[in-house]
Amino acid sequence: MTRVFLVVITAVLALSGVLSAQLNFPDIPYDASTPLTLPPNLHLGEAAGVATNSKGDVFVYTRTGTPRITTAGARNVSHGGSRLFQFDRTGKFVREIGQNVYGFLQAQQVRVDPQDNVWVVDQMSTQVIKFDPNGRIQMVFSRKPEAMRVPALPLSVPADTYALVGPRPPAPPAGGAGAAAPAGRAGGPPPGSGAAGENFNRPTDVTWDSAGNIYVADGYGNSRVAKYDRSGKWIKNWGSTGTGEGQFRVVHGIQIDAANNVYVADRDNRRIQVFDTEGTFKTQFRNVGSPWAICITPPPRQFLYVSNSNPPNNLDYDGEILKMTLDGRIVGKFGRAGKLLKEFGTVNAIDCRTENELYVGELGNWRVQKVTLKPAASGTR
Amino acid sequence: MKRWMIGGVVLAVLCLVATGHAQTGQRAKAQNVPEIPFESVPNFLKMPADVYLGESMGVATNSKGHIFVYTRRDDTRLLEFDQNGTFVKEWGEDLYGFEFAHKVRVDRDDNVWAVDEGTNMVIKFNPAGRVVMVLGRRPEAVEGAVETPQGAPPPAERYLFARPTDVAWDPQGNIFVPDGYINHRVVKYDKNGRFVRQVGSHLRGTEPYQFNTPHSIATDAQGNVYVADRGNARIQVFDNNLVLRAIYDNIGNPWEVCISPGPHQYLFSSNSNPDANPAASWETSGEIYKMELDGRIIGKFGRAGKAVGQFQTVHGIDCRNPDELIVSEISAWRVQKIRLRQTTTTSSR
Repeated sequence: MTRVFLVVITAVLALSGVLSAQLNFPDIPYDASTPLTLPPNLHLGEAAGVATNSKGDVFVYTRTGTPRITTAGARNVSHGGSRLFQFDRTGKFVREIGQNVYGFLQAQQVRVDPQDNVWVVDQMSTQVIKFDPNGRIQMVFSRKPEAMRVPALPLSVPADTYALVGPRPPAPPAGGAGAAAPAGRAGGPPPGSGAAGENFNRPTDVTWDSAGNIYVADGYGNSRVAKYDRSGKWIKNWGSTGTGEGQFRVVHGIQIDAANNVYVADRDNRRIQVFDTEGTFKTQFRNVGSPWAICITPPPRQFLYVSNSNPPNNLDYDGEILKMTLDGRIVGKFGRAGKLLKEFGTVNAIDCRTENELYVGELGNWRVQKVTLKPAASGTR
Repeated sequence: MKRWMIGGVVLAVLCLVATGHAQTGQRAKAQNVPEIPFESVPNFLKMPADVYLGESMGVATNSKGHIFVYTRRDDTRLLEFDQNGTFVKEWGEDLYGFEFAHKVRVDRDDNVWAVDEGTNMVIKFNPAGRVVMVLGRRPEAVEGAVETPQGAPPPAERYLFARPTDVAWDPQGNIFVPDGYINHRVVKYDKNGRFVRQVGSHLRGTEPYQFNTPHSIATDAQGNVYVADRGNARIQVFDNNLVLRAIYDNIGNPWEVCISPGPHQYLFSSNSNPDANPAASWETSGEIYKMELDGRIIGKFGRAGKAVGQFQTVHGIDCRNPDELIVSEISAWRVQKIRLRQTTTTSSR
């Protein structure tokens, strides 16, 4: 396997002077710390999401506590499992937001918009929840499944209100259940393209363009980007499951630059695809490994950070974070998989409001690291 | 004729042992083992009125003598008591890694390690009670409940566990995790949590180097590794590179092992009574053995029963002081301090 890989690499190298130059990108010197402090007996679990607001406050959406399914006859109800914490810029704990809210089941991401609203993406409730800066809920997308099926349904089937015990329900007749039917049946929409509207299937991320339109990366279960206007009204979807341009396998992150280009982390296709705001494919970056987390720095000179995170079951490869220009050129990289400070355990979130001071959220190590890049020193090492 | 008879008897015994082993995982236990007199210190742990223990899976002390109990209560919880048995506080409240307690151990730097077979995780707390390292990963809730797989489990992953049972460290800080009920292996990680090697596999087996539920683990000062191979009714002793050195198979089913510190180390092993208390099990199990590291049995103490001073499925032993063990039990929902009345300076042999 390794040998085959090497052969492929060698062949690619022979064919591509550009890529061979890319393989020599420099290591960026950096330090890391864990500045966030929590009260006694409050703990982070998997730090799925981390984001800062304009004041430098840090928000962490974490998988913690005990996710529960309680029995209610044939319809079992899910509860808890994630919490949203706010810290000030020094790392001091400020407060918890959204205690016991209905949609906090399995944290996936948190992002802060230009008006300092805090947006939470929950993979298990399938929801995107917008909190205003005071921590009150302003907008909710998608709906938590009323009941959880035990055992779980396969990913290809949208979670809904199926009974939870007993045989798997038969597929609805073609055309009968309309948009809610599992995609991919003959005559239906292509697999993963999702329904018109909101019903997400394990969404992963959210972002906004300069007009305030909302873009949701959806996700594990669907393979689409869903676009809404600033009032939350659905505009369009793009994408389906596959490997072609405009297709995705696990849409795991989304960011938009100042020129309104949309960068989509197409994780399991190991690439980033770039679209315009209508979903028209523009280009792709295939030199990023598996992009688990992406972040674009604020203007004027914008950079793209991409985490080629190690998978949760392995610490022996990947794990580095790439710094790129918006045209896909790699400026440098830092980090590797591991459990020590300055190492990364399945990075799931990057905040890059400040170009050289990143917050990095890890699933594997249950922590948020503040990473300080020292690019000026790179020439003197 | 005489030789034939001996041969026949040996053969019969072998068959008996093999049959018994195949059916119940039991082997012949050592005979004529001296009884070590002991007492259970009355009312050892002082519980506040609103604090209860449940199934007390693990117990361990730190260098100050504080006692940590990892217990299955309403939820799985980790509780700290001081050296006098007074309740101090709860650790890791609402922790993502706590679902179904299995073991707690304290390393030589007073870090507290919890092993949870519900989340498949090993969690390291520093002495201040903050999580500083985790091994393994809790299955994601979004994947939902998963039907119990039939047949052999998939090959074991380097960095994931399948119902791990315990943790131990060698003098260099390398980490050893017996894993467990679904896999049947022991994994060695370096002190930073990187995989080094493993012994055993995802498949259970009865041969040397194989396991049938590696249920507990302890290391000695030389870095040798003692694995309680419970289902095979033996302790397998490995060197630090997981090369087999010895097998002790005359101590019943080892549910829990503990090695005391100090210049003369002792090995304790509990032949715990099965937790369902099947008929006649109280006559054949429940005792704890005190051994030299080379496997020689010094003596035994205790028996199955529900009274104070008896044992109900011992699952945790702390032997920081080899004359004063702290013993936790699954079925009695309690922790006892067991004071042995025999000095440790002399061996019975």
